[in-house]
Amino acid sequence: MPALRFLLTLAVTFLGLLAITFVIGRVVPIDPVLAVVGDRASAETYEQVRAEMGLNDPLPLQFARYVLSVLQGDLGQSVSTGRAVAEDLARVFPATLEMATLGIIIGVALGVPMGVFAAARQGSWVDQVIRVIGLAGYAIPAFWLGLVGLVIFYANLRWVGGPGRIDLFLDGMVPVRTGLLLVDSAIAGDWESFVSAFSHIVLPATILGFFALAYIARMTRSFMLEQLSQEYIVTARVKGVPERLILWRHAFRPIRVQLITVIGLSYAGLLEGSVMIETVFSWPGIGNYLTTALLNADMNAVLGATLVIGAVFVGINKGSDALYRVLDPRART
Amino acid sequence: MTLLSVENLRVTFPSDHGPVEVVRGLSFTLGRERLGIVGESGSGKSMTGRAVMGLVAPPGRVTADRLEFEGRDLRSLPEREFRALRGPRMSMVLQDPRYSLNPVIRIGAQIEEALAVHGNLTAKDRRTRMLDALNAVRIDDPERVARLYPHEVSGGMGQRVMIAMMVVLEPALMIADEPTSALDVSVRGQVLDILDDLVKRRGMGLMLISHDLNMVARWCDRILVMYRGEVVEELGAGALHQAQHPYTRGLIASLPRLDETRDRLPVLDRSLL
Ligand SMILES: Nc1ncnc2c1ncn2[C@@H]1O[C@H](COP(=O)(O)OP(=O)(O)OP(=O)(O)O)[C@@H](O)[C@H]1O
Ligand SMILES: [Mg+2]
Repeated sequence: MPALRFLLTLAVTFLGLLAITFVIGRVVPIDPVLAVVGDRASAETYEQVRAEMGLNDPLPLQFARYVLSVLQGDLGQSVSTGRAVAEDLARVFPATLEMATLGIIIGVALGVPMGVFAAARQGSWVDQVIRVIGLAGYAIPAFWLGLVGLVIFYANLRWVGGPGRIDLFLDGMVPVRTGLLLVDSAIAGDWESFVSAFSHIVLPATILGFFALAYIARMTRSFMLEQLSQEYIVTARVKGVPERLILWRHAFRPIRVQLITVIGLSYAGLLEGSVMIETVFSWPGIGNYLTTALLNADMNAVLGATLVIGAVFVGINKGSDALYRVLDPRART
Repeated sequence: MTLLSVENLRVTFPSDHGPVEVVRGLSFTLGRERLGIVGESGSGKSMTGRAVMGLVAPPGRVTADRLEFEGRDLRSLPEREFRALRGPRMSMVLQDPRYSLNPVIRIGAQIEEALAVHGNLTAKDRRTRMLDALNAVRIDDPERVARLYPHEVSGGMGQRVMIAMMVVLEPALMIADEPTSALDVSVRGQVLDILDDLVKRRGMGLMLISHDLNMVARWCDRILVMYRGEVVEELGAGALHQAQHPYTRGLIASLPRLDETRDRLPVLDRSLL
């Protein structure tokens, strides 16, 4: 029963998302007919194409048609790439997913322990350093960090690969299975490609990871401080529980639930907000795709990309809701 | 035989208008007996208990001319050694079970943890001891209760769980902060009996903190009356009528009695203090 409810709200949310992209498609000052016929077509041709595209039908009918075609995986043609938008997205989205996932892994693996230790040593120099890092994550622009990173680690030190996902001479060598280069090259056992792909992704992913880390550490710290002032922490101390267990068992466990929400938000933020980094690193991801589409007034591509980003957001949100229920005994009943 | 001796205990918190003393020069000794501590809300009862346990969190500061437990000076005890005392030697039942049990750990696991961090019982023995402790606080189906989370039990049940958690190691000193306030009268007697049994059988020293002068007078060997961070009166249990301090006399006067009829219950007259 809860599962059914869950699916139902998921469906409703998704329908809402489709309604939003549909409305955007109607209100933006881009004429889809003009995009097809060109601006030198005669009025009759224009009208004919407009009718063929169903744009004279009542809006609810248009919306129903839109929903149906999306459900069938049809997002229309892209005028800038000349391919189906769905096909384009299937190619660019994994690139973004790969980078953002590596970024969130770095952010969680470092940010959570940092937040916990900052709270445990509140006011100490460790805490100060971690707080400064947290602030830096707010203040430093992503593109600046990307450029500086490229200059230092790529141009000068040659520690990492440069822009793009992989060295040029290896591009297209790995058979596409998941679209995630690291995974595909590992499956294929092509370690040369793997190493190359890794050397390209490590810098942008670390920079994304830094922003995630700054946010996650800051939130973890404040959740932990709140926990550490609770009465049940005193209870644990009365029992003589060692400080390490007080931190991780008594204070950290209750905040896992809140942290999941934070991590989910942060992950969604990396997935949709990596435009700057993708531009700086010529990363062929959804951010770059969306930027190009916007500049070319490529409406189908813009709406398709928006839809994917929205769907990811909804998915992460619902996923963390579901985990919430698993982890918090109070939310289960 | 003295278990705990305290002289001139002070607990201070900084505030905007300079330091505030919430415990102001408390002195008492405790043997293997039942010492009642009564006083109104905010008089420093809980803070005294925390100071003895070494658990006043910064920025609070604890000072004393003497703070000795089982012959050891607690003021200079390294934290590691102090921690080894907490649980097996001294323990404290915290005031409100709604806040003092961890919401995301099952009750059984919270009790077993006390056993796990001290000593080296097997998991099976720990479980047996845990179930015994729940049984001892008159929980009829300990197996079921052990599996529950704190939000799934009533306040009275939570209080018993708390007591079970603190008696499971049979400490030499027990500070019980309002241990029976959420219990029915019938269960209250049973829980007090458990503590009583530990005092008599195991020679435990008990500090019983309460608002309830009646209960404390009936049940403890000695009573300290606290008012605004100070002990204003120390009485033998049977000697309530000898109370000298106006605060205590006021408290006694406001106790309702069964054998009288009054239109109004007298309230404490602060102008006398
Ligand atoms: N962290 C703190 N900072 C400043 N003052 C505090 C702090 N904790 C407690 N106090 C103050 O210390 C005083 C004594 O508190 P305590 O909890 O010992 O009272 P109590 O006698 O146990 O009261 P009650 O019967 O309501 O439990 C109170 O006035 C309280 O406001
Ligand atoms: Mg209190």
